[in-house]
Amino acid sequence: MTARADRPNALPASPTPVRVGRLASLRHWLSRPGMLSAMPVLTLLLAGFAGPLLAVVGYSFMPPRTFDFVHLPTLENYHHIFSQTYYQSFLWALFLASVTVILLMVICYPLAYGMAKLFGRWSNLLTLILVIPLFVSENIRLYGWVLFLIKGGVVSGTLKVWFGLELGGLIYNVPAIVLGLVYVYLPFTLFPMVLGLSMVPRETTEAAFDLGASRWQVFREVELPLAMPGILIGGLLTFVLSLGSLAESKILGGQAVIMIADDIETAFTFGQNWPLGSALSVLLLGLAGTLVLSLLKRLDLDAILGQR
Amino acid sequence: MQDRARRITHNLIALWAGCIVIFMYLPVICVALASFSKNRYFRFPIPSYDNVWYGKAFSSLTVRGLFETSLSIALLVTAISVVVAFCGALAFARFDWTGRKVFQRIILLPIFFPQAVLGLALLLWFSALGIIPDWRTAVFAHLIWIVPIATLVISIQVYSFDPALEEAAFDLGASRWQVLREITLPVLWPGIFSGALFSFLLSWGNFPLSLFTTGADQTIPEWLYAKMVSGYTPLVPTLGALTTLGAALLLLGGYGVILLSKRMRASQ
Repeated sequence: MTARADRPNALPASPTPVRVGRLASLRHWLSRPGMLSAMPVLTLLLAGFAGPLLAVVGYSFMPPRTFDFVHLPTLENYHHIFSQTYYQSFLWALFLASVTVILLMVICYPLAYGMAKLFGRWSNLLTLILVIPLFVSENIRLYGWVLFLIKGGVVSGTLKVWFGLELGGLIYNVPAIVLGLVYVYLPFTLFPMVLGLSMVPRETTEAAFDLGASRWQVFREVELPLAMPGILIGGLLTFVLSLGSLAESKILGGQAVIMIADDIETAFTFGQNWPLGSALSVLLLGLAGTLVLSLLKRLDLDAILGQR
Repeated sequence: MQDRARRITHNLIALWAGCIVIFMYLPVICVALASFSKNRYFRFPIPSYDNVWYGKAFSSLTVRGLFETSLSIALLVTAISVVVAFCGALAFARFDWTGRKVFQRIILLPIFFPQAVLGLALLLWFSALGIIPDWRTAVFAHLIWIVPIATLVISIQVYSFDPALEEAAFDLGASRWQVLREITLPVLWPGIFSGALFSFLLSWGNFPLSLFTTGADQTIPEWLYAKMVSGYTPLVPTLGALTTLGAALLLLGGYGVILLSKRMRASQ
């Protein structure tokens, strides 16, 4: 099974020409089918991802409240950020993202295990059922939670009619934000975890059981290490995306807590201070980027995606 | 004894799966309930049910305009992203070339990127280039996020593709174009189809990217958000329920098409 990770369906490498000039070998590399078919995506990402990132970095060194690049670079925005209380929204974002990841790991593991090992044909149907909400705009789904939790909504209305209990709204607080984050990012943790767990060969776990390992030992020493790539991807995805989330804290959190993406958005829109917003984005992206790059470096994507 | 313990665990996990499905659909159900409320403001239990807001949604010119904007964006995104992602998936999973590992990681970066920040970065970028945002810039913005996802979706299919098929066709004297049309595309079709479905639905439901990159134009999710924040109308849950229903039907239909074509191929 794992041998498939070794690119069984790769084309045989074409014989490399002996002693060619550097330019010719560059041209040769660029005209390989792999490079050619990568071109459209790479061009798109150069124009729409690398470019904007550079623009953000550039703006972050412009004087506050300017809208172009014709000024002398300055560190004023960063000074401003470090002298104010922006670190609070960073800490809140980090805290809420960590809580979300931990909760989702616990919530998703049994389900992912079931989908990878127990449900058989049913897991396709379950995947479909769990994918559908992903395609509904997240603000509609979060709005559904508002209707569910708000004063006079489904929960408090039901309690009032059935039990005569008066209950205020359960919304606009930190737990509501966590609920929103857990809800929105559940599929992002779940599906990579399922991929990861289906990389664990059944024979290996059976062998461990036959050799007298307990359920806990099998989990700790067989399943978890082998499924780790998928679990890590899911956890990282969830962490990074909830770190930069906006809608959850706005719709469900009211003004209970300001997360960093809130600050960034405010700087860009109401504040009309693009350089400040850019500097905040640079800090957020630096944090997220370091995490993502250091983890991605270690993962073998062929083994995770190409296991069938 | 051990079998019994296993069965109990199995049932518990199945129960847990049921709870999670309910959890995922609970807010959707709430939105659907609210859309049938006759009153202007949502209260539960709903005093009187009515479908008056559906009539209004279908006859409203605003809704039609929003629908057209969202649809144009999603269709264009789908068309472009399928072509680009198909090539990308070949580079990702099919060919062995120097730089493939780096390419695979570059592809993942936009997915691991907070979308709201990406939207704002693109807004800056457009302004630096002197482009005034409208729905077409939103198409571009969606592509940055959706093409990588579609590439991954198609790649999964490409991994299970046996290149010997292509080589055999080449040996039999087929041209590159013939091989693509007669071998590669039909074999990879299910992956390409799912890629297209994903692209359409993700673009249709996208909010954070649209918010900052549509300029004066507005998509359905943007309008819903604007109305949620201020100026609530019962059209919000109605339109929310309608787009949800549309997405679900499209996905189920697409899944049905894939199943059907698999069955037809098996019976041939």
